Amino acid sequence: MIRVQLPFHLKNLARIEGEVELELPAPVTIRAVLDAVEEKFPALRGTIRDHGTLKRRPFVRYFACKEDLSAEPPETPLPDEVVSGAEPFLIVGAMAGG
Amino acid sequence: MSSIRVLVGTKKGAFILTADGKRTDWKVSGPHFAGWEIYHLKGSPVDSNRIYASQSSGWFGQIIQRSDDGGKTWNTPGSSAEELKGPGGFPKGESNKFVYEGEAGTHQWYDGSQHPWEFKRIWHIEPSLTDPDTAYAGAEDAAIFKTTNGGKSWKELPGLRKVKGNLWQPGAGGMAVHTILLDPKNAKRIYVAISAGGCFRTDDGGKTWKPITKGLKSLYELPDPAAEVGHCVHRIALHPSKPDVLFMQKHWDVLRSDNAGDQWNEVSGDLPTDFGFPIDVNFNEPETIYVVPITSDSLHYPPDGKLRVYRSQAGGGEWEALTKGLPQKDCYVNVLRDSMAVDQLDKCGIYFGTTGGQVYCSPDNGNTWSAIAQHLPPVYSVEVQTLK
Repeated sequence: MIRVQLPFHLKNLARIEGEVELELPAPVTIRAVLDAVEEKFPALRGTIRDHGTLKRRPFVRYFACKEDLSAEPPETPLPDEVVSGAEPFLIVGAMAGG
Repeated sequence: MSSIRVLVGTKKGAFILTADGKRTDWKVSGPHFAGWEIYHLKGSPVDSNRIYASQSSGWFGQIIQRSDDGGKTWNTPGSSAEELKGPGGFPKGESNKFVYEGEAGTHQWYDGSQHPWEFKRIWHIEPSLTDPDTAYAGAEDAAIFKTTNGGKSWKELPGLRKVKGNLWQPGAGGMAVHTILLDPKNAKRIYVAISAGGCFRTDDGGKTWKPITKGLKSLYELPDPAAEVGHCVHRIALHPSKPDVLFMQKHWDVLRSDNAGDQWNEVSGDLPTDFGFPIDVNFNEPETIYVVPITSDSLHYPPDGKLRVYRSQAGGGEWEALTKGLPQKDCYVNVLRDSMAVDQLDKCGIYFGTTGGQVYCSPDNGNTWSAIAQHLPPVYSVEVQTLK
């Protein structure tokens, strides 16, 4: 089971509390997780990645196992700890408030 | 008895203010969408329970929200579980998908070079006068979009950007379609305004547009007196009984047109300054108009620290200051372009919000004012629903 943590505002938008839990077939990549999150919560489409291009929005970041995965290609497989559910995949609003 | 619902968009959420027709005892609900920028909310003229809201953030982009119960509950259109199960293939989470039609193209950048069109947010939503599922959205970078399914999906009316869009240039506040006016007597006629872009009209429902800027003078920004685009139009307004008469607050100058924008004439008259943002028309008096003079393009606050609404009962030219109940010293707020609205009661109510977080109401045509909300985040927009 994959665990995904959303930032405060996206949890509100998706109307959830706590983590998102996903069951995904291997290989579990950044793209596969984001696709599944958006499928489960259509209101989040366009808020993490742009519509159409699916590019990460500039002030959104991805982390897992204390590593910044934001600039990694979408096909990047996630660490085993994320795939096993031991560690969450974090979607974070960047510190850019000024 | 009639009642009033005031929809307030702010930098940190939306607020809904309600009162009965006396307009003296107000209740405030909110913040709705707390922490998000709410550029605009507006109710459908044919279904007062249907309200559209533009919610955005620098982090997470654009969201469209819709209420079908007068603002008690909200949903992103087309995203409910029931709709996603529909056999007809409802759009999935596309209520915030604003994609320019075809090749996005370029517009003028600050240094005179060409810059690609990039969608940033929706500044203004204008619901149809006849169909609650139809609405128009004014976008930054400047474009107009339309929905015919209650906001589930949006499609650009690309003809607007074909009117010398390559010459439009963002102003300091960005380059957005911030005003959309629908002609109540001609369903095919729509007006839009764009700061540092100009003013445009369509007579065929949005397929083709033409600039309506003859008579506008922008001597320093646009030395060419014949320039059709590039004028910094801050706001336009009309009265539903006389839709060919338009009023405009430009960057500098207050103007009117008596022929649907084909020719404009300045009516700044004896205003203390003709710089400002909003302009609106009394619901019961088509020649009574309101502006809020701001010191200058460099000093975005009222002259002398006195917050004064100016009213002309002659459609411009001669103006009187309305001050009773408004702060007359040490006031340095601004009133943004979408932050003034009127109700439809017999004694017209005038409303405006400030960047200092106050919302003021006059229940008597502007003669007296009181703050009906204070200490809100900076107010971006104010709309009023008259519930009968």
